[in-house]
Amino acid sequence: MEESTAENGQTESPPEVVAEPTEVLVRVAGLSKHYGAIRAVDGIDFEVRRGDILGFLGPNGAGKTTAMRLITGFLEADAGTVEVAGHDITRDSLAARRRVGYLPENAPAYGEMTVRGFLEFIAEAREVSPGDRAIAQVVAMTGLDRVQHQVIETLSKGFKRRVGLAQALIHDPEVLILDEPTDGLDPNQKAMVQDLISNLSKNKCIILSTHILDEVERICNRAVIISEGKILVDSTPAELISKAHDHNLVQLRFTTEQPELVEKIAAQPWCAEVRQPSPEVVEVLPREGENHLAEVLALASGTPLEGVHLHEGRLDDLFRDITQGVSQ
Amino acid sequence: MSRFTGLRAVFKREFQGYFASPVGYIFIVIFLLSSGWLTLSRDFGRFLELRQASLDSFFTYIPWIFVVLVPAVAMRLWAEERKSGTVELLCTLPISLEGSYLGKFLAGWCFLAFSLLLSLPLVVHVARLGDPDWGAIFAGYLGCLLLAASYLAIGMLFSALTKNQVVAFILGTAATVVFLIIGLPQTLESIGSTFGGYVEQVLLSLSIADHFDTLTRGLLELGTLVFFVVFTTGWLVGGMLVLDRTKAS
Repeated sequence: MEESTAENGQTESPPEVVAEPTEVLVRVAGLSKHYGAIRAVDGIDFEVRRGDILGFLGPNGAGKTTAMRLITGFLEADAGTVEVAGHDITRDSLAARRRVGYLPENAPAYGEMTVRGFLEFIAEAREVSPGDRAIAQVVAMTGLDRVQHQVIETLSKGFKRRVGLAQALIHDPEVLILDEPTDGLDPNQKAMVQDLISNLSKNKCIILSTHILDEVERICNRAVIISEGKILVDSTPAELISKAHDHNLVQLRFTTEQPELVEKIAAQPWCAEVRQPSPEVVEVLPREGENHLAEVLALASGTPLEGVHLHEGRLDDLFRDITQGVSQ
Repeated sequence: MSRFTGLRAVFKREFQGYFASPVGYIFIVIFLLSSGWLTLSRDFGRFLELRQASLDSFFTYIPWIFVVLVPAVAMRLWAEERKSGTVELLCTLPISLEGSYLGKFLAGWCFLAFSLLLSLPLVVHVARLGDPDWGAIFAGYLGCLLLAASYLAIGMLFSALTKNQVVAFILGTAATVVFLIIGLPQTLESIGSTFGGYVEQVLLSLSIADHFDTLTRGLLELGTLVFFVVFTTGWLVGGMLVLDRTKAS
Protein backbone atom coordinates (compact mmCIF):
# COMPACT_ATOMS: atom_id res chain seq x y z
CA MET A 1 0.00 0.00 0.00
CA GLU A 2 1.37 3.38 -0.93
CA GLU A 3 1.93 5.55 2.04
CA SER A 4 1.79 9.12 3.22
CA THR A 5 0.83 10.59 -0.08
CA ALA A 6 1.14 14.31 0.07
CA GLU A 7 -1.11 15.55 -2.69
CA ASN A 8 1.70 17.42 -4.39
CA GLY A 9 2.50 14.16 -6.06
CA GLN A 10 5.75 13.51 -4.27
CA THR A 11 6.11 10.00 -3.01
CA GLU A 12 7.27 10.12 0.55
CA SER A 13 7.47 7.23 2.93
CA PRO A 14 7.42 8.46 6.51
CA PRO A 15 7.42 5.78 9.16
CA GLU A 16 4.11 4.09 9.82
CA VAL A 17 2.43 5.54 12.87
CA VAL A 18 1.64 2.76 15.28
CA ALA A 19 -1.09 3.70 17.69
CA GLU A 20 -0.66 2.90 21.37
CA PRO A 21 -3.67 1.36 23.14
CA THR A 22 -4.72 4.62 24.78
CA GLU A 23 -3.30 6.88 22.16
CA VAL A 24 -5.15 9.97 21.08
CA LEU A 25 -6.51 9.08 17.66
CA VAL A 26 -8.26 12.37 16.89
CA ARG A 27 -6.81 15.67 18.01
CA VAL A 28 -8.69 18.85 17.13
CA ALA A 29 -7.12 22.19 18.00
CA GLY A 30 -8.53 25.68 17.44
CA LEU A 31 -10.70 24.49 14.57
CA SER A 32 -12.75 27.19 12.88
CA LYS A 33 -14.88 27.43 9.79
CA HIS A 34 -16.87 30.44 8.67
CA TYR A 35 -19.47 30.72 5.92
CA GLY A 36 -19.45 34.41 5.21
CA ALA A 37 -20.43 36.08 8.45
CA ILE A 38 -21.71 32.83 9.99
CA ARG A 39 -19.35 31.03 12.35
CA ALA A 40 -20.22 27.40 11.72
CA VAL A 41 -17.36 26.12 13.89
CA ASP A 42 -15.68 28.54 16.21
CA GLY A 43 -12.31 27.52 17.63
CA ILE A 44 -13.14 24.09 19.01
CA ASP A 45 -10.59 21.85 20.75
CA PHE A 46 -10.95 18.25 21.83
CA GLU A 47 -9.22 14.89 21.76
CA VAL A 48 -10.62 11.41 21.31
CA ARG A 49 -8.76 8.31 22.43
CA ARG A 50 -8.90 4.71 21.35
CA GLY A 51 -11.89 3.05 22.98
CA ASP A 52 -13.84 6.31 23.26
CA ILE A 53 -17.31 6.73 21.83
CA LEU A 54 -17.88 10.45 21.70
CA GLY A 55 -21.41 11.69 21.19
CA PHE A 56 -21.62 15.00 19.39
CA LEU A 57 -24.77 16.77 20.48
CA GLY A 58 -26.29 20.02 19.44
CA PRO A 59 -29.38 21.61 17.95
CA ASN A 60 -29.80 21.80 14.18
CA GLY A 61 -27.28 24.21 12.70
CA ALA A 62 -25.02 23.97 15.76
CA GLY A 63 -22.00 23.02 13.67
CA LYS A 64 -21.90 19.26 14.22
CA THR A 65 -21.88 18.27 10.55
CA THR A 66 -19.43 21.03 9.66
CA ALA A 67 -17.10 19.83 12.43
CA MET A 68 -17.31 16.26 11.13
CA ARG A 69 -16.65 17.43 7.59
CA LEU A 70 -13.57 19.28 8.81
CA ILE A 71 -12.30 16.24 10.70
CA THR A 72 -12.75 13.99 7.66
CA GLY A 73 -11.07 16.49 5.35
CA PHE A 74 -14.13 17.16 3.20
CA LEU A 75 -13.97 20.81 4.21
CA GLU A 76 -10.88 22.89 4.65
CA ALA A 77 -10.67 24.79 7.93
CA ASP A 78 -10.16 28.55 8.09
CA ALA A 79 -8.01 28.02 11.18
CA GLY A 80 -6.87 25.22 13.44
CA THR A 81 -5.66 21.69 12.92
CA VAL A 82 -7.02 18.16 12.85
CA GLU A 83 -4.82 15.13 13.39
CA VAL A 84 -6.11 11.66 12.67
CA ALA A 85 -3.95 8.83 14.02
CA GLY A 86 -0.99 11.19 13.91
CA HIS A 87 -1.63 12.45 10.37
CA ASP A 88 -2.58 16.04 9.66
CA ILE A 89 -5.82 16.04 7.67
CA THR A 90 -4.62 18.89 5.44
CA ARG A 91 -0.91 18.20 4.93
CA ASP A 92 -1.10 14.42 4.95
CA SER A 93 -4.66 14.09 3.75
CA LEU A 94 -4.64 10.71 2.02
CA ALA A 95 -2.85 8.96 4.89
CA ALA A 96 -5.32 10.47 7.37
CA ARG A 97 -8.31 9.54 5.20
CA ARG A 98 -7.10 5.94 5.00
CA ARG A 99 -7.54 5.65 8.75
CA VAL A 100 -11.05 7.07 8.86
CA GLY A 101 -14.35 5.38 8.18
CA TYR A 102 -17.01 7.99 7.54
CA LEU A 103 -20.76 7.79 7.32
CA PRO A 104 -21.93 11.17 6.01
CA GLU A 105 -25.33 12.60 6.90
CA ASN A 106 -28.16 10.73 5.08
CA ALA A 107 -25.77 7.90 4.14
CA PRO A 108 -25.23 8.85 0.48
CA ALA A 109 -24.50 5.98 -1.93
CA TYR A 110 -24.60 5.36 -5.65
CA GLY A 111 -28.22 4.34 -6.07
CA GLU A 112 -27.82 2.60 -9.41
CA MET A 113 -25.25 0.14 -8.02
CA THR A 114 -25.97 -3.09 -6.20
CA VAL A 115 -24.94 -3.25 -2.54
CA ARG A 116 -22.18 -5.70 -3.43
CA GLY A 117 -20.95 -3.60 -6.37
CA PHE A 118 -20.89 -0.48 -4.21
CA LEU A 119 -18.91 -2.20 -1.46
CA GLU A 120 -16.48 -3.59 -4.04
CA PHE A 121 -15.92 -0.04 -5.33
CA ILE A 122 -15.28 1.25 -1.81
CA ALA A 123 -12.95 -1.68 -1.11
CA GLU A 124 -10.94 -0.95 -4.26
CA ALA A 125 -10.79 2.77 -3.47
CA ARG A 126 -9.59 1.90 0.02
CA GLU A 127 -7.07 -0.58 -1.35
CA VAL A 128 -8.64 -3.51 0.41
CA SER A 129 -7.61 -6.58 -1.54
CA PRO A 130 -10.45 -8.09 -3.61
CA GLY A 131 -9.66 -11.55 -2.25
CA ASP A 132 -9.99 -10.20 1.26
CA ARG A 133 -12.90 -11.29 3.41
CA ALA A 134 -13.60 -7.67 4.32
CA ILE A 135 -16.72 -7.39 2.18
CA ALA A 136 -18.23 -10.63 3.44
CA GLN A 137 -17.46 -9.59 7.01
CA VAL A 138 -19.11 -6.16 6.82
CA VAL A 139 -22.08 -7.59 4.94
CA ALA A 140 -22.60 -10.10 7.76
CA MET A 141 -21.87 -7.52 10.47
CA THR A 142 -24.45 -5.05 9.17
CA GLY A 143 -27.07 -7.65 8.25
CA LEU A 144 -26.98 -6.98 4.52
CA ASP A 145 -26.74 -10.64 3.42
CA ARG A 146 -30.17 -10.91 1.86
CA VAL A 147 -30.01 -7.59 -0.02
CA GLN A 148 -26.40 -7.62 -1.18
CA HIS A 149 -27.37 -8.21 -4.82
CA GLN A 150 -30.16 -5.64 -4.74
CA VAL A 151 -29.85 -2.19 -6.34
CA ILE A 152 -29.32 0.40 -3.59
CA GLU A 153 -32.05 2.81 -4.72
CA THR A 154 -34.65 0.07 -4.20
CA LEU A 155 -33.68 -0.44 -0.55
CA SER A 156 -35.54 0.88 2.49
CA LYS A 157 -34.07 3.77 4.46
CA GLY A 158 -32.88 1.39 7.15
CA PHE A 159 -30.98 -0.80 4.71
CA LYS A 160 -29.48 2.25 2.99
CA ARG A 161 -28.17 3.39 6.37
CA ARG A 162 -26.66 -0.04 6.92
CA VAL A 163 -24.97 0.12 3.50
CA GLY A 164 -23.48 3.44 4.62
CA LEU A 165 -22.22 1.82 7.80
CA ALA A 166 -20.80 -1.13 5.88
CA GLN A 167 -18.78 1.12 3.57
CA ALA A 168 -17.43 3.01 6.57
CA LEU A 169 -16.27 -0.23 8.21
CA ILE A 170 -14.90 -2.10 5.21
CA HIS A 171 -11.23 -1.26 5.88
CA ASP A 172 -11.50 -1.76 9.65
CA PRO A 173 -10.56 1.86 10.37
CA GLU A 174 -9.08 3.11 13.61
CA VAL A 175 -11.32 6.16 13.55
CA LEU A 176 -15.02 5.97 12.82
CA ILE A 177 -17.04 9.13 12.22
CA LEU A 178 -20.79 8.68 11.97
CA ASP A 179 -23.15 11.55 11.23
CA GLU A 180 -26.52 10.57 12.69
CA PRO A 181 -26.07 6.81 12.17
CA THR A 182 -29.49 5.82 13.49
CA ASP A 183 -31.54 8.63 11.98
CA GLY A 184 -34.68 7.22 10.36
CA LEU A 185 -34.24 3.68 11.63
CA ASP A 186 -36.99 1.73 13.38
CA PRO A 187 -36.43 0.79 17.07
CA ASN A 188 -35.07 -2.67 16.24
CA GLN A 189 -32.66 -1.33 13.64
CA LYS A 190 -31.57 1.41 16.06
CA ALA A 191 -30.78 -1.14 18.74
CA MET A 192 -28.86 -3.25 16.22
CA VAL A 193 -26.74 -0.31 15.06
CA GLN A 194 -26.15 0.87 18.63
CA ASP A 195 -24.99 -2.61 19.66
CA LEU A 196 -22.73 -2.75 16.62
CA ILE A 197 -21.18 0.61 17.49
CA SER A 198 -20.66 -0.44 21.12
CA ASN A 199 -18.91 -3.62 20.06
CA LEU A 200 -16.68 -1.79 17.60
CA SER A 201 -15.37 0.71 20.11
CA LYS A 202 -12.82 -1.60 21.75
CA ASN A 203 -10.12 -0.97 19.17
CA LYS A 204 -11.30 2.26 17.64
CA CYS A 205 -12.35 5.73 18.51
CA ILE A 206 -15.84 6.63 17.38
CA ILE A 207 -17.34 10.07 16.98
CA LEU A 208 -21.05 10.14 16.33
CA SER A 209 -23.55 12.93 16.06
CA THR A 210 -27.11 12.37 17.09
CA HIS A 211 -30.31 14.07 18.16
CA ILE A 212 -31.28 11.05 20.23
CA LEU A 213 -30.04 11.73 23.72
CA ASP A 214 -30.96 8.26 24.97
CA GLU A 215 -28.47 6.97 22.40
CA VAL A 216 -25.71 9.01 24.01
CA GLU A 217 -26.64 7.71 27.45
CA ARG A 218 -26.70 4.17 26.12
CA ILE A 219 -23.53 3.89 24.07
CA CYS A 220 -21.27 6.92 24.53
CA ASN A 221 -18.64 7.31 27.22
CA ARG A 222 -18.20 10.99 26.37
CA ALA A 223 -20.60 13.67 25.30
CA VAL A 224 -19.81 17.00 23.71
CA ILE A 225 -22.54 19.61 23.44
CA ILE A 226 -21.95 22.11 20.67
CA SER A 227 -24.00 25.19 19.91
CA GLU A 228 -23.36 28.07 17.54
CA GLY A 229 -20.04 26.47 16.64
CA LYS A 230 -18.67 26.39 20.19
CA ILE A 231 -18.21 23.47 22.55
CA LEU A 232 -20.30 24.20 25.63
CA VAL A 233 -19.83 20.95 27.52
CA ASP A 234 -17.35 18.09 27.22
CA SER A 235 -18.07 15.44 29.80
CA THR A 236 -19.31 11.91 30.41
CA PRO A 237 -23.05 11.25 30.01
CA ALA A 238 -23.25 10.36 33.74
CA GLU A 239 -21.66 13.67 34.73
CA LEU A 240 -23.96 15.51 32.40
CA ILE A 241 -27.02 13.84 33.87
CA SER A 242 -25.83 14.80 37.35
CA LYS A 243 -26.00 18.42 36.21
CA ALA A 244 -29.62 18.12 35.05
CA HIS A 245 -31.86 20.35 37.12
CA ASP A 246 -34.05 17.50 38.38
CA HIS A 247 -31.15 15.16 39.18
CA ASN A 248 -31.93 13.31 42.47
CA LEU A 249 -35.39 14.85 42.63
CA VAL A 250 -37.53 12.80 45.07
CA GLN A 251 -41.17 12.37 44.18
CA LEU A 252 -43.51 11.27 46.97
CA ARG A 253 -47.11 10.20 46.45
CA PHE A 254 -49.54 10.21 49.42
CA THR A 255 -53.14 9.18 49.85
CA THR A 256 -53.98 12.63 51.26
CA GLU A 257 -52.50 16.15 51.16
CA GLN A 258 -49.51 16.68 53.54
CA PRO A 259 -49.07 20.43 54.18
CA GLU A 260 -47.08 19.96 57.42
CA LEU A 261 -44.58 17.63 55.79
CA VAL A 262 -44.13 20.06 52.90
CA GLU A 263 -43.26 22.84 55.34
CA LYS A 264 -40.89 20.57 57.25
CA ILE A 265 -38.99 19.49 54.12
CA ALA A 266 -38.82 23.05 52.76
CA ALA A 267 -37.11 24.14 55.99
CA GLN A 268 -34.22 21.72 55.51
CA PRO A 269 -30.89 23.35 54.55
CA TRP A 270 -30.27 20.86 51.73
CA CYS A 271 -33.67 21.51 50.12
CA ALA A 272 -33.68 23.81 47.10
CA GLU A 273 -37.37 23.62 46.26
CA VAL A 274 -40.55 21.72 47.11
CA ARG A 275 -43.18 21.44 44.38
CA GLN A 276 -46.72 20.06 44.42
CA PRO A 277 -47.88 19.19 40.93
CA SER A 278 -51.08 17.84 42.57
CA PRO A 279 -52.30 17.91 46.22
CA GLU A 280 -51.20 14.32 46.89
CA VAL A 281 -47.82 14.54 45.15
CA VAL A 282 -44.76 16.25 46.61
CA GLU A 283 -41.51 16.76 44.66
CA VAL A 284 -38.35 17.59 46.57
CA LEU A 285 -35.47 19.13 44.64
CA PRO A 286 -32.19 19.01 46.58
CA ARG A 287 -29.46 21.65 46.39
CA GLU A 288 -26.42 20.86 44.21
CA GLY A 289 -28.18 17.76 42.88
CA GLU A 290 -27.16 15.74 45.97
CA ASN A 291 -28.98 12.58 46.93
CA HIS A 292 -31.14 13.18 50.06
CA LEU A 293 -33.57 10.32 49.59
CA ALA A 294 -32.84 8.88 53.05
CA GLU A 295 -33.48 12.23 54.76
CA VAL A 296 -36.73 12.73 52.83
CA LEU A 297 -37.96 9.25 53.76
CA ALA A 298 -37.05 9.83 57.41
CA LEU A 299 -39.10 13.02 57.47
CA ALA A 300 -42.00 11.27 55.74
CA SER A 301 -42.09 8.35 58.17
CA GLY A 302 -45.49 7.90 59.73
CA THR A 303 -47.30 9.55 56.81
CA PRO A 304 -49.64 7.64 54.46
CA LEU A 305 -46.95 7.26 51.80
CA GLU A 306 -48.15 5.47 48.68
CA GLY A 307 -45.06 5.59 46.47
CA VAL A 308 -41.54 7.02 46.11
CA HIS A 309 -39.53 7.75 42.97
CA LEU A 310 -35.97 9.06 42.71
CA HIS A 311 -35.33 10.89 39.41
CA GLU A 312 -31.87 10.46 37.93
CA GLY A 313 -32.41 13.44 35.71
CA ARG A 314 -32.66 13.63 31.96
CA LEU A 315 -30.02 14.57 29.45
CA ASP A 316 -32.79 16.14 27.37
CA ASP A 317 -33.45 18.70 30.11
CA LEU A 318 -29.79 19.61 30.46
CA PHE A 319 -29.41 19.78 26.70
CA ARG A 320 -32.37 22.14 26.47
CA ASP A 321 -31.11 24.28 29.35
CA ILE A 322 -27.64 24.61 27.87
CA THR A 323 -28.48 25.13 24.23
CA GLN A 324 -31.47 27.41 24.82
CA GLY A 325 -29.39 29.42 27.26
CA VAL A 326 -26.89 30.03 24.47
CA SER A 327 -29.42 30.91 21.82
CA GLN A 328 -31.14 33.35 24.19
CA MET B 1 1.67 7.49 -8.49
CA SER B 2 0.13 9.17 -5.50
CA ARG B 3 -1.17 12.14 -7.47
CA PHE B 4 -3.59 9.81 -9.22
CA THR B 5 -4.52 7.65 -6.24
CA GLY B 6 -7.94 6.09 -6.73
CA LEU B 7 -8.14 6.87 -10.45
CA ARG B 8 -8.59 3.23 -11.41
CA ALA B 9 -11.40 2.60 -8.94
CA VAL B 10 -13.27 5.74 -10.02
CA PHE B 11 -12.74 4.96 -13.71
CA LYS B 12 -14.10 1.45 -13.32
CA ARG B 13 -17.16 2.56 -11.37
CA GLU B 14 -17.97 5.36 -13.77
CA PHE B 15 -17.45 3.36 -16.95
CA GLN B 16 -19.61 0.49 -15.69
CA GLY B 17 -22.14 3.13 -14.60
CA TYR B 18 -22.84 4.08 -18.23
CA PHE B 19 -24.10 0.58 -18.87
CA ALA B 20 -25.89 0.15 -15.54
CA SER B 21 -28.76 2.39 -16.58
CA PRO B 22 -30.63 3.03 -19.85
CA VAL B 23 -28.91 6.44 -20.21
CA GLY B 24 -25.75 5.02 -21.79
CA TYR B 25 -27.68 2.91 -24.30
CA ILE B 26 -29.96 5.82 -25.18
CA PHE B 27 -26.90 7.96 -25.82
CA ILE B 28 -25.39 5.35 -28.14
CA VAL B 29 -28.62 4.92 -30.08
CA ILE B 30 -29.08 8.68 -30.50
CA PHE B 31 -25.46 9.11 -31.56
CA LEU B 32 -25.65 6.33 -34.15
CA LEU B 33 -29.02 7.45 -35.50
CA SER B 34 -28.07 11.13 -35.74
CA SER B 35 -24.60 10.58 -37.19
CA GLY B 36 -25.94 7.92 -39.58
CA TRP B 37 -28.82 10.10 -40.73
CA LEU B 38 -26.68 13.22 -41.23
CA THR B 39 -24.05 11.19 -43.10
CA LEU B 40 -26.45 9.36 -45.37
CA SER B 41 -29.15 12.00 -45.85
CA ARG B 42 -29.59 13.44 -49.33
CA ASP B 43 -29.92 16.89 -47.75
CA PHE B 44 -26.74 16.74 -45.66
CA GLY B 45 -23.87 14.25 -46.02
CA ARG B 46 -25.07 12.60 -49.28
CA PHE B 47 -22.74 9.71 -48.53
CA LEU B 48 -24.58 7.24 -50.74
CA GLU B 49 -25.05 9.71 -53.61
CA LEU B 50 -21.41 10.77 -53.68
CA ARG B 51 -20.19 7.14 -53.68
CA GLN B 52 -16.70 8.28 -52.69
CA ALA B 53 -14.34 6.17 -50.60
CA SER B 54 -14.20 8.89 -47.99
CA LEU B 55 -15.69 9.57 -44.54
CA ASP B 56 -15.86 13.35 -45.02
CA SER B 57 -19.67 13.21 -44.87
CA PHE B 58 -19.42 11.58 -41.44
CA PHE B 59 -16.67 13.76 -39.95
CA THR B 60 -18.31 17.02 -41.12
CA TYR B 61 -21.24 16.63 -38.73
CA ILE B 62 -19.45 15.10 -35.72
CA PRO B 63 -18.55 18.48 -34.13
CA TRP B 64 -22.23 19.49 -34.25
CA ILE B 65 -23.55 16.17 -32.97
CA PHE B 66 -21.02 16.24 -30.13
CA VAL B 67 -22.05 19.79 -29.23
CA VAL B 68 -25.30 18.33 -27.90
CA LEU B 69 -24.31 14.81 -26.92
CA VAL B 70 -21.00 15.30 -25.11
CA PRO B 71 -22.32 17.93 -22.65
CA ALA B 72 -25.15 15.43 -22.03
CA VAL B 73 -22.54 12.87 -20.99
CA ALA B 74 -20.59 15.42 -18.95
CA MET B 75 -23.49 17.09 -17.15
CA ARG B 76 -24.06 14.32 -14.62
CA LEU B 77 -20.42 13.64 -13.79
CA TRP B 78 -20.20 16.08 -10.86
CA ALA B 79 -23.62 17.74 -10.68
CA GLU B 80 -25.23 14.42 -9.78
CA GLU B 81 -22.55 13.66 -7.17
CA ARG B 82 -23.13 17.02 -5.55
CA LYS B 83 -26.91 16.78 -5.65
CA SER B 84 -27.07 13.26 -4.20
CA GLY B 85 -24.37 13.96 -1.60
CA THR B 86 -22.07 11.19 -2.83
CA VAL B 87 -19.41 13.84 -3.48
CA GLU B 88 -18.89 13.89 0.29
CA LEU B 89 -18.30 10.16 0.28
CA LEU B 90 -15.99 10.31 -2.73
CA CYS B 91 -13.94 13.23 -1.41
CA THR B 92 -13.38 11.58 1.97
CA LEU B 93 -12.14 8.31 0.49
CA PRO B 94 -8.36 8.08 0.06
CA ILE B 95 -8.70 9.28 -3.52
CA SER B 96 -6.84 12.36 -4.71
CA LEU B 97 -8.69 15.17 -6.45
CA GLU B 98 -6.80 14.35 -9.64
CA GLY B 99 -7.63 10.66 -9.25
CA SER B 100 -11.37 11.22 -8.97
CA TYR B 101 -11.55 13.99 -11.59
CA LEU B 102 -9.45 12.21 -14.20
CA GLY B 103 -11.05 8.86 -13.40
CA LYS B 104 -14.41 10.33 -14.34
CA PHE B 105 -12.97 12.11 -17.37
CA LEU B 106 -11.32 8.97 -18.73
CA ALA B 107 -14.47 6.92 -18.14
CA GLY B 108 -16.55 9.46 -20.08
CA TRP B 109 -13.93 9.62 -22.82
CA CYS B 110 -13.74 5.84 -23.14
CA PHE B 111 -17.54 5.71 -23.32
CA LEU B 112 -17.47 8.23 -26.16
CA ALA B 113 -14.69 6.26 -27.84
CA PHE B 114 -16.82 3.13 -27.54
CA SER B 115 -19.71 4.96 -29.20
CA LEU B 116 -17.41 6.05 -32.03
CA LEU B 117 -16.22 2.48 -32.39
CA LEU B 118 -19.78 1.48 -33.22
CA SER B 119 -19.60 3.68 -36.33
CA LEU B 120 -16.95 1.37 -37.82
CA PRO B 121 -19.44 -0.32 -40.21
CA LEU B 122 -19.22 2.95 -42.14
CA VAL B 123 -15.48 2.42 -42.52
CA VAL B 124 -16.10 -1.10 -43.77
CA HIS B 125 -18.58 0.27 -46.29
CA VAL B 126 -16.07 2.89 -47.46
CA ALA B 127 -13.44 0.21 -47.92
CA ARG B 128 -15.87 -1.72 -50.12
CA LEU B 129 -16.58 1.36 -52.22
CA GLY B 130 -12.98 1.84 -53.28
CA ASP B 131 -9.49 2.60 -52.04
CA PRO B 132 -9.91 5.09 -49.20
CA ASP B 133 -7.20 7.31 -47.76
CA TRP B 134 -6.61 5.35 -44.57
CA GLY B 135 -4.42 8.12 -43.17
CA ALA B 136 -7.28 10.59 -43.44
CA ILE B 137 -9.70 8.13 -41.84
CA PHE B 138 -7.29 7.44 -38.99
CA ALA B 139 -6.62 11.16 -38.49
CA GLY B 140 -10.36 11.84 -38.67
CA TYR B 141 -11.13 9.34 -35.92
CA LEU B 142 -8.23 10.72 -33.86
CA GLY B 143 -9.77 14.15 -34.38
CA CYS B 144 -13.13 12.84 -33.15
CA LEU B 145 -11.48 11.48 -30.02
CA LEU B 146 -9.63 14.73 -29.33
CA LEU B 147 -12.78 16.70 -30.03
CA ALA B 148 -14.71 14.51 -27.59
CA ALA B 149 -12.00 15.00 -24.96
CA SER B 150 -12.08 18.79 -25.29
CA TYR B 151 -15.89 18.98 -25.21
CA LEU B 152 -15.98 16.61 -22.25
CA ALA B 153 -13.44 18.69 -20.33
CA ILE B 154 -15.55 21.81 -20.96
CA GLY B 155 -18.74 20.04 -19.89
CA MET B 156 -17.11 18.66 -16.75
CA LEU B 157 -16.12 22.10 -15.55
CA PHE B 158 -19.71 23.27 -15.75
CA SER B 159 -20.89 20.07 -14.11
CA ALA B 160 -18.53 20.85 -11.21
CA LEU B 161 -19.88 24.38 -11.06
CA THR B 162 -23.53 23.53 -10.38
CA LYS B 163 -25.71 20.90 -8.74
CA ASN B 164 -28.27 21.28 -11.50
CA GLN B 165 -27.63 18.95 -14.44
CA VAL B 166 -29.80 21.00 -16.82
CA VAL B 167 -27.84 24.15 -16.03
CA ALA B 168 -24.59 22.22 -16.49
CA PHE B 169 -25.81 20.96 -19.85
CA ILE B 170 -26.87 24.41 -21.10
CA LEU B 171 -23.64 26.09 -20.00
CA GLY B 172 -21.52 23.25 -21.39
CA THR B 173 -23.31 23.34 -24.72
CA ALA B 174 -23.06 27.13 -24.93
CA ALA B 175 -19.32 27.07 -24.22
CA THR B 176 -18.61 24.37 -26.80
CA VAL B 177 -20.70 26.22 -29.40
CA VAL B 178 -18.62 29.37 -28.77
CA PHE B 179 -15.35 27.51 -29.35
CA LEU B 180 -16.82 25.89 -32.42
CA ILE B 181 -18.31 28.91 -34.17
CA ILE B 182 -15.37 31.22 -33.62
CA GLY B 183 -13.61 29.29 -36.37
CA LEU B 184 -16.40 29.47 -38.91
CA PRO B 185 -15.58 31.64 -41.98
CA GLN B 186 -18.64 33.85 -41.42
CA THR B 187 -17.66 34.54 -37.80
CA LEU B 188 -14.03 35.19 -38.66
CA GLU B 189 -14.97 37.51 -41.50
CA SER B 190 -17.33 39.48 -39.32
CA ILE B 191 -14.90 39.77 -36.40
CA GLY B 192 -11.93 40.41 -38.68
CA SER B 193 -13.65 43.35 -40.35
CA THR B 194 -14.53 44.85 -36.97
CA PHE B 195 -11.45 44.16 -34.82
CA GLY B 196 -8.76 43.54 -37.37
CA GLY B 197 -6.72 40.62 -38.60
CA TYR B 198 -4.83 40.01 -35.34
CA VAL B 199 -8.00 39.20 -33.41
CA GLU B 200 -9.11 37.04 -36.31
CA GLN B 201 -5.87 35.04 -36.07
CA VAL B 202 -6.22 34.61 -32.30
CA LEU B 203 -9.78 33.35 -32.70
CA LEU B 204 -8.74 31.01 -35.47
CA SER B 205 -6.01 29.56 -33.30
CA LEU B 206 -8.60 28.92 -30.55
CA SER B 207 -11.14 27.41 -32.89
CA ILE B 208 -11.93 23.77 -32.31
CA ALA B 209 -13.53 23.54 -35.76
CA ASP B 210 -10.39 24.70 -37.55
CA HIS B 211 -8.11 22.24 -35.72
CA PHE B 212 -10.61 19.44 -36.23
CA ASP B 213 -10.77 20.20 -39.97
CA THR B 214 -6.99 19.93 -40.15
CA LEU B 215 -7.19 16.37 -38.80
CA THR B 216 -10.10 15.28 -40.99
CA ARG B 217 -8.08 16.38 -44.01
CA GLY B 218 -5.52 13.79 -42.91
CA LEU B 219 -2.96 16.30 -41.66
CA LEU B 220 -1.38 15.20 -38.39
CA GLU B 221 0.18 18.52 -37.44
CA LEU B 222 1.99 18.89 -34.15
CA GLY B 223 0.36 22.28 -33.56
CA THR B 224 -3.09 20.73 -33.82
CA LEU B 225 -2.27 17.92 -31.41
CA VAL B 226 -0.69 20.38 -28.97
CA PHE B 227 -3.77 22.59 -29.22
CA PHE B 228 -6.13 19.78 -28.24
CA VAL B 229 -3.88 18.57 -25.41
CA VAL B 230 -3.37 22.06 -23.98
CA PHE B 231 -7.01 23.04 -24.47
CA THR B 232 -8.32 19.88 -22.78
CA THR B 233 -5.75 20.02 -19.98
CA GLY B 234 -6.60 23.66 -19.33
CA TRP B 235 -10.29 22.91 -18.92
CA LEU B 236 -9.52 19.86 -16.75
CA VAL B 237 -7.28 21.86 -14.42
CA GLY B 238 -9.88 24.63 -14.31
CA GLY B 239 -12.55 22.07 -13.51
CA MET B 240 -10.50 20.63 -10.65
CA LEU B 241 -10.04 24.10 -9.18
CA VAL B 242 -13.77 24.74 -9.49
CA LEU B 243 -14.65 21.41 -7.90
CA ASP B 244 -12.28 21.98 -5.01
CA ARG B 245 -14.12 25.21 -4.21
CA THR B 246 -17.69 24.09 -4.88
CA LYS B 247 -17.76 20.47 -3.68
CA ALA B 248 -19.17 21.30 -0.25
CA SER B 249 -21.52 24.09 -1.28
